[in-house]
Amino acid sequence: MNNFQYSRATDVADAIRLLNSDPDAKLIAGGTNLIDLMKENVERPSRLIDISRLPLGKIEETAQGGLRIGALVPNSDLAYHPQVEQRYPLLASAILAGASAQLRNMASVAGNLMQRTRCAYFYDTATPCNKRSPGSGCSAVGGHNRNHAILGASPSCIATYPSDMCVALAALGALVHIAGPTGERRIALEDFHRLPGDTPHIDTNLGASEMIIAIELPPGGFSRNYSYLKVRDRLSYAFALISVAAALNLEGNAISEARLALGGVAHKPWRSLEAEQSLRGRAATADHFAHAADLLLQGASAASHNRFKIELARRAIVRTMMQAASAAPQSQAHKKIA
Amino acid sequence: MAQPSHQVPERIPVTLVVNGTKRDLDLAPWTTLLDALRDHLNMTGTKKGCDHGQCGACTVLVNGRRVNSCLTLAVIKDGAEITTIEGLAKDDALHPLQQAFIDHDAFQCGYCTPGQICSAAGLLAEGRAKNADEIRELMSGNLCRCGAYPNIVAAIQQAMGRP
Ligand SMILES: Cc1cc2nc3c(=O)[nH]c(=O)nc-3n(C[C@H](O)[C@H](O)[C@H](O)COP(=O)(O)OP(=O)(O)OC[C@H]3O[C@@H](n4cnc5c(N)ncnc54)[C@H](O)[C@@H]3O)c2cc1C
Ligand code: SF4
Ligand code: FES
Ligand code: FES
Repeated sequence: MNNFQYSRATDVADAIRLLNSDPDAKLIAGGTNLIDLMKENVERPSRLIDISRLPLGKIEETAQGGLRIGALVPNSDLAYHPQVEQRYPLLASAILAGASAQLRNMASVAGNLMQRTRCAYFYDTATPCNKRSPGSGCSAVGGHNRNHAILGASPSCIATYPSDMCVALAALGALVHIAGPTGERRIALEDFHRLPGDTPHIDTNLGASEMIIAIELPPGGFSRNYSYLKVRDRLSYAFALISVAAALNLEGNAISEARLALGGVAHKPWRSLEAEQSLRGRAATADHFAHAADLLLQGASAASHNRFKIELARRAIVRTMMQAASAAPQSQAHKKIA
Repeated sequence: MAQPSHQVPERIPVTLVVNGTKRDLDLAPWTTLLDALRDHLNMTGTKKGCDHGQCGACTVLVNGRRVNSCLTLAVIKDGAEITTIEGLAKDDALHPLQQAFIDHDAFQCGYCTPGQICSAAGLLAEGRAKNADEIRELMSGNLCRCGAYPNIVAAIQQAMGRP
């Protein structure tokens, strides 16, 4: 870990002022991603701005009937909040599929959004990596890329974004509330993370002196027909190879609204309006879900070691949609996949 | 862990209430909570396994919640109440989890055990695990290289008073 200065922000404006006055400073919340990366010398901030004591830890109802979640709410508190358990169980399930109980106690909502890729070359400062060191090349393209992207990648970077929580947030249509030197703004979660293009070192559309202050959930929570399925190399405490967030509104067996987001496949949670709209008015059957899966996976392309992920994603989508349709969501404790 | 540097480390006063006792320290800001406990307070009950949040050996309770002490800085936890394995027994009486780990032979080398027991104490306080599957899932942040898992689950069930 490099030496750095430490400041405790007194309020949001103070944190933004500190960010603005030092381009190499970083915010720290739970520390579970940043300290890890600092120990690997991947992140070398000049200053840590400790925001962990700021009053951004509330979960409140919005005037529209949704939920506003403060940036510092710990992942575990969010997953176990009664409103989230009852109205947004897809979100609770996705959070509980990630990391461990200890890490979820530490991890903040904003830090989860901002977590960086788990590409092994990104972590290894002895290897070229365009995300860590722009212009140095991508070691994964010709290297070990079993867990890399099948959608939206570029020749510069084929990394995936590892958050589970954000796959559910994407499916639910969440908004990100941001504060910066010139005031506040909101971005749809779907537009928050970027595709790598030729600037893979820039993960998100958050400005350099901006910070996340809250996440907002719209009123519709799909609390009856939902499921989050995470496929990984061991049953718990491992990042996803593929994950699927599925949510449906049904009238009888007919789908009135469908939401479908994939994790572990791209530089951001992956959604397609075309795939979701193809299900509108259709019966909730495996065939229709397979067709939606094909639409969502349109343009998928494999690197040398991850071809299996395309078919795995297709099957996982159908499986998760069927779980959602039959109101039998995947349990995150009993691991058998129904 | 800090690399040699030409910069004189800035020291910051940090107070931790460790197992009920107030401890005043002067620490470089990059000192993790784990290193503060082990290297500055000489409390080596809390173990360093991976130092990256991947094993759970460093688990302690901060204000009653289980966390990985390797992934937070002592200065961030200034003022917090820290409970380590050294603080679980009351006088001569073992904590029910400590007794249960002995009763069920829930370890071999013992390196993961302080983290397992602190994590299990956090799990009991959370009250979310109701059966063996849920214990396994909510203890998945604690690895045991000796593979004592079945006995660890049995010990926690005993302490929980549930089958
Ligand atoms: C062993 C291990 C396993 C894990 N497994 C999973 C998993 O299976 N699924 C999963 O989804 N995640 C997993 N994680 C990742 C974990 O979810 C993240 O590390 C965590 O959510 C980050 O939150 P934090 O508050 O600790 O962030 P920090 O480490 O404090 O910060 C992370 C980044 O966010 C920035 N940041 C923090 N707050 C703000 C803010 N308000 N505005 C703008 N920027 C901000 C920081 O500057 C930093 O760049 C795992 C982590 C570990 C160590
Ligand atoms: S995939 Fe992206 S993060 Fe991984 S080595 Fe290539 S540029 Fe770096
Ligand atoms: S030493 Fe902290 S989790 Fe391994
Ligand atoms: S008892 Fe040896 S690691 Fe668990």
